[in-house]
Amino acid sequence: MTKRAVRITVNGIEHECAVEPRATLADLLRDELDLTGTHVGCEHGVCGACTVLLDGEPVRSCLMLAVQADGQRVSTIEGLAPGDGLHPIQEAFWAKHGLQCGYCTPGIIMSTCAFLRERPDPSREEIREMLAGHLCRCTGYHFIVEAIEAAARALAADPHKH
Amino acid sequence: MKAAPFDYIAPATVDEAVRALAAADGEAKVLAGGQSLVPMLALRLARPTMLVDINRLPGLDGIREASGTLEIGALVRQRALERWAAGRSPLFAEVLRYVAHPPIRNRGTVVGNVVHADPASELPALLLALEGVVVARGSRGERSISADRFYLAPLTTALGADELATAVRFALPRPGSGWGFAEVSRRHGDFALVGAVAIVARGADGAVASARLAFFGAGGTPARGVAAEQALQGRAPTSALIAEAARAAAAALSPDGDIHATAAYRRRVAASLAERTLTAALARCGEGA
Repeated sequence: MTKRAVRITVNGIEHECAVEPRATLADLLRDELDLTGTHVGCEHGVCGACTVLLDGEPVRSCLMLAVQADGQRVSTIEGLAPGDGLHPIQEAFWAKHGLQCGYCTPGIIMSTCAFLRERPDPSREEIREMLAGHLCRCTGYHFIVEAIEAAARALAADPHKH
Repeated sequence: MKAAPFDYIAPATVDEAVRALAAADGEAKVLAGGQSLVPMLALRLARPTMLVDINRLPGLDGIREASGTLEIGALVRQRALERWAAGRSPLFAEVLRYVAHPPIRNRGTVVGNVVHADPASELPALLLALEGVVVARGSRGERSISADRFYLAPLTTALGADELATAVRFALPRPGSGWGFAEVSRRHGDFALVGAVAIVARGADGAVASARLAFFGAGGTPARGVAAEQALQGRAPTSALIAEAARAAAAALSPDGDIHATAAYRRRVAASLAERTLTAALARCGEGA
């Protein structure tokens, strides 16, 4: 099929690419822009590994066609922390061992980012409800919940880092 | 897996979209939020030759409440309705919380979910319980299809191949109605094994003035619990009567058995959820839904 031109802003940088209509946003990020921090697990919306922010809201990048992202603003895990440092959410995952193999982590962190903006002081139950949209086969989720609680505390203490 | 190749257009008007659908003669699919369609493409369960992306159509992103009716345009995301419902409709707020997960609801549309017609999905059952209609535009103009004539079989509706669902309309529960919603699923956000939604109004004497009950995940289409509605109508709702009504409604269902649950289990859970949602709805009467 003929390729279509897509103009997209990713982590503040504008790109112009040509993609097949069947290419997903995840394909565009990984294959065209070499932003492989967005992981692709199931490719049909179940696992949550590919979650990115579209205009600040979490979406599955495997369930959105790249052509639909034309003119849109996307944030990925690569754009979260300024420079070489870690974002407070990433730091909390590191400190609390909120990851093992790390495959699901970028998606969880991007969801957490939007979640904590909406609910700065979430209950454990709310955290678990949000995490239901993300599959992790290593951790059993306990440390992920603790990492999100720690991130919430860190961001509450230093909100301009959000 | 990757989707098979397809062509793609993003029309600028509803008429243009309808013309493209008519020209494709059943080989095209409408793309709105894509949260059901794109997985089906990826799994190659659907292989359309053309996608008609309606995301750029103007005027379809409105939520309008007027004279007891809630009209939702084809581009209203589930998340937008969830936010609208917060503080306005505890019934809609609760139901939407169970539709998949926030990242899915951010893209998935209300109309797309209703039209996709997954029998285990919450919103089609809500549309049925609230005696809603689907508004469709096709080559021969616009028509409204009532929810009870809309669902024909799993993933199959009365919508023609050249028709675009432009909106759904829910008849809002009358003031003072009570509501109940419950579903059983393996994990939060999964499709329900079985679910039920009930809306009840009571008269000044405490008797049931109207009762509406709908099931999902309990057959090939969402289903009204007519037997329970009739059993309760005009009667004083004792717990024995509610239990009997719930059993009668569940007995009329034709659930399927699959790897997740047997048909007998689904029927039993349906009876239990009907009893629970009707009881909750009666208890909430006066609070508003």
